[in-house]
Amino acid sequence: MKALSQHRRHPLMGLALLLLGLLVTGGLYSAASTVNQAQAATQVTTAASSDDIAEGEKLFNANCASCHGMGAAGTDAAPSLIGVGAASVDFQVGTGRMPMQMNGPQARLKPRQFSEEQTAQMAAYVASLGAGPSVPEEKYLDADHEDVNIAKGGELFRINCAMCHNAAAAGGALTRGKFAPTLEGVSEKHIYEAMATGPQNMPVFSDANLKPEDKRDIIAYLKTIESNDSPGGLSLGSLGPVSEGLFIWTAGLAVIIGFMVWLTSRSS
Amino acid sequence: MSTTVKEFQPATRTGRLANYLDTRVGMSPIVKEFGRKIFPDHWTFMFGEVALYSFVILLLSGAFLTFFFDPSMAHVTYEGAYAPLYGIEMSAAYASTLDISFDIRGGLFMRQLHHWAALLFVAAMSVHMLRVFFTGAFRRPRELNWVVGCGLLMMGWAAGFTGYSLPDEVLSGNGLRIIDGILKSLPLVGSHLSMFLFGGEFPGYSIVGRLYALHIMIVPAVILLLIVIHLFMVVTHKHTQYPGPGRTENNVVGYPVGPVYAAKAGGFFFIVFGVLALMAGTVTINAMWNYGPYDPSPVQAGTQPDWYIGWFDGALRLMPGQIGDFSFLWNIPMPWGSSVSLPMGVLFPLMPVGILILGMIAWPWIEAWVTKDNREHHILDRPRNAPGRTAAGVAGITWYCVMWAAASSDLIATHFQVSLNDVLYLLRVLFFLGPVIAFIVTRRICLSLQRKDRELVLHGHESGVVEMSPEGGFSERHRNLTDYEMYRLVSFESPRPIPATPGRKGKVSTMEKVRASVSRLFFEERVEPVTREELVEAQLDGHHGHGAVEGDQGNQLGH
Repeated sequence: MKALSQHRRHPLMGLALLLLGLLVTGGLYSAASTVNQAQAATQVTTAASSDDIAEGEKLFNANCASCHGMGAAGTDAAPSLIGVGAASVDFQVGTGRMPMQMNGPQARLKPRQFSEEQTAQMAAYVASLGAGPSVPEEKYLDADHEDVNIAKGGELFRINCAMCHNAAAAGGALTRGKFAPTLEGVSEKHIYEAMATGPQNMPVFSDANLKPEDKRDIIAYLKTIESNDSPGGLSLGSLGPVSEGLFIWTAGLAVIIGFMVWLTSRSS
Repeated sequence: MSTTVKEFQPATRTGRLANYLDTRVGMSPIVKEFGRKIFPDHWTFMFGEVALYSFVILLLSGAFLTFFFDPSMAHVTYEGAYAPLYGIEMSAAYASTLDISFDIRGGLFMRQLHHWAALLFVAAMSVHMLRVFFTGAFRRPRELNWVVGCGLLMMGWAAGFTGYSLPDEVLSGNGLRIIDGILKSLPLVGSHLSMFLFGGEFPGYSIVGRLYALHIMIVPAVILLLIVIHLFMVVTHKHTQYPGPGRTENNVVGYPVGPVYAAKAGGFFFIVFGVLALMAGTVTINAMWNYGPYDPSPVQAGTQPDWYIGWFDGALRLMPGQIGDFSFLWNIPMPWGSSVSLPMGVLFPLMPVGILILGMIAWPWIEAWVTKDNREHHILDRPRNAPGRTAAGVAGITWYCVMWAAASSDLIATHFQVSLNDVLYLLRVLFFLGPVIAFIVTRRICLSLQRKDRELVLHGHESGVVEMSPEGGFSERHRNLTDYEMYRLVSFESPRPIPATPGRKGKVSTMEKVRASVSRLFFEERVEPVTREELVEAQLDGHHGHGAVEGDQGNQLGH
């Protein structure tokens, strides 16, 4: 002790203390987080236990409450989440839209910020606040299910979705910077949840409007056109006549003009 | 006394064949007239050819499609190869288009070839017209051929639009719905015209059959007729040519059709065919299977017409339905009690479209009226040497392009991540300001290019060699232009503005005043071509080592 106290005014002592402090905090944090992970790993099977809800509440308070308010009651900056259901949380957090990167016309897709366990815990917490659409059952996400009718799914898609998302699900514009995103590469679960909860500017397609089987048909149709290559060659973004016109005026005419210059450069 | 004319006896087999044709259909004069027609060689003269070849390809691929297309709106249940539509109720027209795409060997290729050729057909015609416009090739004696060309362009739009609507899918059905809406917006006659076109209330069961008749018979027949007139006039007028040594208003310098040019043109046909076939084989056009059978209820995001109809659509998109509380739906009370409603939100957008089309058709006479130039012209203008016309043309293009861009406002918004509303607001401003800015900027660019030409003629090319004189002065050596270069830069006219002149009664009419102000707008600022005297003087100065000195203001271009 004496030796230590003798050196307490050593010039390097401050540095040593800082290092010690960092080591201790870092070590404690990593130990605590592995403990958390271990807990989550054991509890992932038992859906929405009270532990989940408690963990979800902690995560919510730490990450979401600044805008959505304590108890998800909503603030001036963001709406209340009471009654939006687990599906809404799973969609918004699972696609990375929440936490929102910046204020804007609508939240944009970005890499997801939370693990599946954490997302599920927050979903469980929000679901515990009020009844709402839950994360869909596996059987309604199976595009290869024997009862699936792709053609009917296509018809439902054209009637209900294509006005915003484009006939080939390539996305489209809404007013004032809002937009309907492309549906290519969106997972079955997220498509279902989007229909069930109506994220951003999308309307809700409840089970009374589109039965779970109908939603499955739509998902199956989308997965079919996504996995089938474009039958006619390059799809040009599936944007219709605009990209076709652009193509003929740029690539098409450029090639033709190239030949024209070549032909007239050799006069005789 | 009788004289017997000894009949010509050909000796060779070719001779016998030629004589046979000559004595029956008078082949020699035909070959002499058409086979010896001279084509000057310049790549910009070939856009018309591209349009012609695209049309031939359209006829060939279109004939194939008629074998399989069923222009009927009868209900059928689709049972073809495309699974995502299997078992869906649709019209026979849509079902047969799906069959062409998925069940008939080579059908999708032919459909895409037909559609790509249509886009290229109208694009090539448009560029051809721009070439004719900016080089002044429409001037006397070719004014009527310009009008025939305008007719061909509009028939191209008509052919395209009627064809676009045939598959009877949601995309083109929305286009027809817009046509229906425009017709119905016309006062008094609107609903009658719509009922007449659709054979009852929209969409009815007649429209595809009627469009089909227009698309495969009437419109192509009119196009063919106009092409014949167009080419006949081209032969009658002889070809125009760019200015150059040895080229005058009385000759055409180039190659005759036979044999070299014919071979070249024939080869070019196959090049155009090849390029289009490559596109048809590798790039999707009109993925009509995505849109689904026509149903009047849905509209899909990204619904646009083919490019040449885009500016009509854009004009409609630009028009606000109301500004503040001021509505553009006008109800005009009539003396007999009822009122006529005028949906000006639809009728106003027809005005810029009409103005552009009429302005295009009437331009040869408008320009002749402004310039009072009624001479024949066979030597083309370089666009910079006609700043007024070039600026007016670019202003027209800008106006067109603003409307064109407005048709894709939604895609501009999503792809550049801006607000759809802002895109429209900006385009509305550009709709009014764009042509004015384009006119001013283009005229200035033309004048600057002319000044650059003058500078080049008087001082030659900069060689990059700086010399020091014994007195210690620095000067740059300039390389004189060759005669060919020189000819191109000095052989043009620079008309002066023609002031308003009194008419027969000694009064200056209002129209004459308008003409004079347009003339002033076009020609007030002008650059004179270099005269012989100026050139001689500049060259003499150059010999004395002064003329070419950089910064020697005294010998800069004349103003």
